[in-house]
Amino acid sequence: MIRYLLGRAARALLTVALVVTFAFVVLRMSADPALVILGPEASPEMIVAFRKAWGLDESIFVQYLDWFRAILRGDLGISMRDGRPAIELVAERIPATLALTIPALMIKIGIGIPAGIWASLHRGTMVDRAVMGLAVAGFTVPSFVLGLTLVLIFSVWLGWLPSGGQDNWVHAVLPIVTMGVGGAAILARFTRSAMLEVLGQPFIRTASAKGVPWGRVIRGHALPNAAIPTVTMVGFMVGTLMAGAVVVESVFSWPGVGRLLVVAVSHRDLAVVQCILLVVAATMVTSNLVVDFLYGFLDPRLRSGARTGGH
Amino acid sequence: MTLSSHPLVRLERLSVAFDGVTVLHGIDLEIRRGETLGLVGESGSGKSVTWLAALGLLPKKAQVAGRVLLDGEDLLGAAETRLDDVRGGRIAMIFQDPASALNPVLTIRRQLGEALALHRGLSGREIGAEAKRLLDLVGIPDAERRLSAYPHEFSGGQNQRIMIAMALAGSPDLLVADEPTTALDATIQAQILDLLAVVRRETGMAMVLISHDLGVVSETCDRVAVMYAGRIVEEGPSAQVFDDPAHPYARGLIGALPPLDGSRRRLVSIPGTVPDPRDPPPGCAFAPRCLHATRDCTAATPQLEEVAAGRRMACILAVHRRALAHREIEFA
Ligand SMILES: Nc1ncnc2c1ncn2[C@@H]1O[C@H](COP(=O)(O)OP(=O)(O)O)[C@@H](O)[C@H]1O
Ligand SMILES: [Mg+2]
Repeated sequence: MIRYLLGRAARALLTVALVVTFAFVVLRMSADPALVILGPEASPEMIVAFRKAWGLDESIFVQYLDWFRAILRGDLGISMRDGRPAIELVAERIPATLALTIPALMIKIGIGIPAGIWASLHRGTMVDRAVMGLAVAGFTVPSFVLGLTLVLIFSVWLGWLPSGGQDNWVHAVLPIVTMGVGGAAILARFTRSAMLEVLGQPFIRTASAKGVPWGRVIRGHALPNAAIPTVTMVGFMVGTLMAGAVVVESVFSWPGVGRLLVVAVSHRDLAVVQCILLVVAATMVTSNLVVDFLYGFLDPRLRSGARTGGH
Repeated sequence: MTLSSHPLVRLERLSVAFDGVTVLHGIDLEIRRGETLGLVGESGSGKSVTWLAALGLLPKKAQVAGRVLLDGEDLLGAAETRLDDVRGGRIAMIFQDPASALNPVLTIRRQLGEALALHRGLSGREIGAEAKRLLDLVGIPDAERRLSAYPHEFSGGQNQRIMIAMALAGSPDLLVADEPTTALDATIQAQILDLLAVVRRETGMAMVLISHDLGVVSETCDRVAVMYAGRIVEEGPSAQVFDDPAHPYARGLIGALPPLDGSRRRLVSIPGTVPDPRDPPPGCAFAPRCLHATRDCTAATPQLEEVAAGRRMACILAVHRRALAHREIEFA
């Protein structure tokens, strides 16, 4: 188990390094930060000075090495746009993003999992079909469409809720609902199919043949097994706590990490982009490790080291 | 009627249909206290469905009709709470693939203890002691320690022993063993069958042994019923049916048994295949594969007729031949 976790951690680090490298290449090759940040009015001298100050006059390979060494030292760099450490800029925005994504995650889990279980137990009924129909709608409708629809209904037509900004919790309702509904739909479908898979297993019939009442067969025998794949999905959702709000933050002009990322990319503000990528990747890696740990807890077949079947 | 002649379980016209397709066509069968009944027939003939239906274990979409009498009480349509007492408490069932029949994420103690708590009202320390006794009984070494292990830490044969222990936990009057050795190696098969024989002797419970293995059935069962395409086609005391099978299907199965060398065999193949229940042939379901079939065979479905005490068969030719033989003896 320990060796397995170490292996996973090493793979995760490699992934992060690759993502960060890829972002560096794409951001640096796609436009010149000096031109983007200084704007069309800038004089040639200003541009040369800017390039020199930020090391942009070196070859891209040298820049990459310098920048990678800095990261290894724990130095995430300084924003070219406003001269502050990137980590500070990002850290400022994290609470606003979490204020959306954590309640949204609670909606996803709180509605999605019970709805999925419920649908699996009433398979083929009208209600099952209704839940699954909503679920399909929930994840085929892009979140900006859902977000804008909610704005149209609740802000423009009914005037109940504000359409953007961050003055108080009321502003958070629509973005949270927008994210929560789509995620709940995905989780409901996932939980339902995990439950149906488990309910078809012979050991469920064994439990019934033993005289275990159906409610206890569900709680004591089916759910502990269905939890194993469901945890994967929830873990993935936890992994997107930082990055999952880019679209919704843009739609609702919410000042979180997602909006910062959009602005930083458009300005080729490499340090900030990198810093966000690292925060996002760190969240994902952590949630993956937690999921792996939970697997060991939920599935005794993994605990004893004999890994049967892959995940 | 005395209690001993009163059947423990009696199936009356038990029928099952899935999505409008009838797969079980009115089974009549009796199990007496303490007896062993063998149920044989090719795959798909309805052996499992019969007993799953009797215990209310089929999926909801299954339409079940007829009666399932346990000591005279009809279980079809009984309340779920009543069925939960019967399942495991009066009638226990074990299945073909022991590895998947046990819950992979629960310890053996939990799974055994559940049955002990439900049917024997045990709790806490008592459960541990009784669970250990049961594991000892079915021959799991180091039972005390192994109680906290999970199914994947046991071999297939050991898992089937654990299934048997679980079935015994509720002290049932009837154990339905649905091909309990089909998924196991030959040597393990013999061990499990021996264990079932020992357990039966010690507890006196009745057993239905569903098996492909005619050799096993002929050795261990008092009576045997042969099923084909959702019907019982022949039934009688094992010795009689194996010595002198009457139905051409039973003759086909049994004629292929190795005579005296004792080595066990699976059902040999009779040319042709089991009919699709969605498209049954007219008349006798076996007629298309039967070497002796006449036009009369396809005219109507032969009924299961009692030709002698406890000897029943569903074949117009076989019944006719018996009658002729009878008359010849009488007039001789
Ligand atoms: N859950 C089910 N849904 C639909 N058909 C089924 C189901 N279970 C069994 N059957 C059908 O019922 C018939 C009898 O099956 P079964 O009792 O399992 O046969 P056996 O145990 O004799 O091999 C087969 O035709 C099988 O396809
Ligand atoms: Mg079967």
